[in-house]
Amino acid sequence: MVEQTQMESEGRGPDAGNVLRLREDEGTAEPAVTVEAFAGQTNASAVRIEPGEDARELIPHIGRIARVEVNFPAFGDGRGYSAARILREAGYDGEMRAVGDVLVDQIAYMRRCGFDAFEPDAPFNPGDAEAALNRWNDVYQKTVDGRTPIWALRHGRKDGAVDG
Amino acid sequence: MKILTGNDLKTGDVVWWDGADWVRDVNASVDVGDRADEIAAREEAARRVNVPYAIDAERTDDGIRPAHIKDRVRALGPTVRMDLTRRPDDANAADWVV
Amino acid sequence: MYKYDTYDQQMVDTRVAEFRDQTRRRLSGELSEDQFKPLRLMNGLYLQLHAYMLRVAVPYGTLNGEQMRMLARIADKYDRGYGHFTTRQNIQYNWIKLEDAPDILADLATVEMHAIQTSGNCIRNISSDHFAGAAADEVTDPRPYAELLRQWSSFHPEFSYLPRKFKIAVIASDTDRAAMRLHDIGIQIVTNDAGELGCAFYIGGGMGRTPMVAPLIRDFVPLDEMVTYCEAALRVYNRHGRRDNKYKARIKILVHEMGKDEYARQVEEEFAHLKGEGIEPPLAELDRIREYFADPAFKSDLPDDIDRSDPDFALWADRNTVAHKAPGYVAAVISLKPVGGIPGDASTAQMQVMADLATRYSFDECRVTHTQNIVLPHVEKGQLYELFKELDAAGLATPNLDQIGDIIACPGLDYCSLANARSIPLAQKIATRFAENGKGDTLGELKLKISGCINACGHHHAGHIGILGVDRKGTENYQLLLGGSEAADTSLAKITGPGFDEDGIVDAIETTTDVYLAQREDGERFLDTYRRIGMTPFKEALYG
Repeated sequence: MVEQTQMESEGRGPDAGNVLRLREDEGTAEPAVTVEAFAGQTNASAVRIEPGEDARELIPHIGRIARVEVNFPAFGDGRGYSAARILREAGYDGEMRAVGDVLVDQIAYMRRCGFDAFEPDAPFNPGDAEAALNRWNDVYQKTVDGRTPIWALRHGRKDGAVDG
Repeated sequence: MKILTGNDLKTGDVVWWDGADWVRDVNASVDVGDRADEIAAREEAARRVNVPYAIDAERTDDGIRPAHIKDRVRALGPTVRMDLTRRPDDANAADWVV
Repeated sequence: MYKYDTYDQQMVDTRVAEFRDQTRRRLSGELSEDQFKPLRLMNGLYLQLHAYMLRVAVPYGTLNGEQMRMLARIADKYDRGYGHFTTRQNIQYNWIKLEDAPDILADLATVEMHAIQTSGNCIRNISSDHFAGAAADEVTDPRPYAELLRQWSSFHPEFSYLPRKFKIAVIASDTDRAAMRLHDIGIQIVTNDAGELGCAFYIGGGMGRTPMVAPLIRDFVPLDEMVTYCEAALRVYNRHGRRDNKYKARIKILVHEMGKDEYARQVEEEFAHLKGEGIEPPLAELDRIREYFADPAFKSDLPDDIDRSDPDFALWADRNTVAHKAPGYVAAVISLKPVGGIPGDASTAQMQVMADLATRYSFDECRVTHTQNIVLPHVEKGQLYELFKELDAAGLATPNLDQIGDIIACPGLDYCSLANARSIPLAQKIATRFAENGKGDTLGELKLKISGCINACGHHHAGHIGILGVDRKGTENYQLLLGGSEAADTSLAKITGPGFDEDGIVDAIETTTDVYLAQREDGERFLDTYRRIGMTPFKEALYG
């Protein structure tokens, strides 16, 4: 399901840490600017959302964004999950990167919220990341990752049975 | 005196620092003086203890008595199930807690 | 009762494997305690005062015999021969080893049970009416809705790192037996003027440090939009709930500070948006779940009377059984509050007995109540005496439902690392005092609830009489509260005045009930008298 899993050292300039990208494209190396600056800098294509900032402010500019970074200063602050999902719901299809205190045990849920790149402060063990991304065969909720939720599998069967 | 306590990582048992090891009996605790942070950090890093912390205690005729009731309950066990405490045969053991 | 299909089973099995891997990484040092803590909490594993504690989910409080037998086996195999039923209809074990925890979860999964999201800053186990499916006054069985929400909330990717824990209750009758308005979200299934079922959403209730009764946020959400509305309500909370202060992080503070109208407006906006996202399971899914909660095969033409010739039985039947929707049946409540015992505790042997009795007398079903008792929901009146004799032999026939001896008590400082004072010894002393002086039998319905700290797991704010344990300069001290209710007439109890020591609070309870006995008018419960005469006469007697 995530055959494209790979560890890369790419991204925000020479100091960039390990980045796990699940995208086929090259991405942009342009540094991200703040949400506040982004609206004014019409040539900017990468933006970083901090917790508490309103992801919806970016919706008018989605067409020119190549990378959204969602910062997680602390892994327990879950606002970034909503930020990512809101942008995906609005149709954003560029890179969505979780940055900061991102733990390997969180990336499966992050992926479900639309993240497709991870730049953790402490690098993941590649085996753990692979395991985390491939662990769940099915999901209970419909989100923005295109996966068919269990309730749809139950009722979409060709034989019409509603009992799994 | 300052003593160190925590829980065993694998079993969760309440443990006390006796100067060389983590043991179940509060009375084996040693005064760690101003070395609490150093010992706690070293022992936690080695996973010989989980979530260690230093507490005040005093040495009494009955043994070592933690200053706070919470740590006295930890040292003894649940006062409502004396059979599961460290002093199951002592009918008055619960009085030590208060 | 709901049965897992292969999907449900696979989800739970996968979670066991995930937690086994996480535990391995903790024991090998790859995960620090700070990193592991939220992971273990989301699997119900706490580090408590004496050991690890595991809280196992009992979804909407419903269990079958096999599941109760498994709970007994876990108590026996991995713990010290007992478990503690909690005020959120779950069970917790006090002496768990971390290295055993994955095996316990694996054992639970074999009987369609788990400990998923019984702690942590996520959506917790959904609670419900413990008489669901038996109560005569329900518009429908609320449990299918709770089960739909269980699946929706399990492993929810957006709402697993909320500002704080999140508790949902679902009921379907005007009589609230689940303290619905004291939850983060309380859902009441109602019928509208057109006779259609839908959900009334009460959002922003809770106990704890700042108790609040949830306001009505939306009076009717169609059934086929329930999940979407929950998603909208949670998203507004996840984005805007306070994260700067954990004591102000519950949704009740957000709703209060933002104002319920503004909160409702933002939820409506998010709801309108999310309706376009196709996230709602079809009604066919609700129908599928509902089939599992169809009535058992109740017999017709059963005798409707009870032989009351044994006075002990008659007393128990009067106090511990509740009217049933099917003629010839009652719901029987097994008290886990023996005089002088530990409220909510059950031994391995008692759990085995309750499992067997559920199988033999109640269509293999039992319930955990938020008052820490066990219900056999569907008992034939004609078999009630036999059931009573078996319960009595196991020490499970204390006739004190909703009496002063039926005390809710959190584990308190005997077990809990958050507690400031012990709760259980007080419950024991109070129950013993009122049994020995005979006054307990004269008081009628009186709900006494004890918490060992401000977190209010013992629901003290909602007690007709509440007790809150506090730390006063290193000694245990107890505040007395009067006038709370968690029923449909939800109210929050008020503090009488200065606190008492352990013996003093037991005396104070007796003084308080003496005022009631002297002042009550015909048919008044303690709560009714308190509401009529107010706090002053009680204060005068206590402090005067």
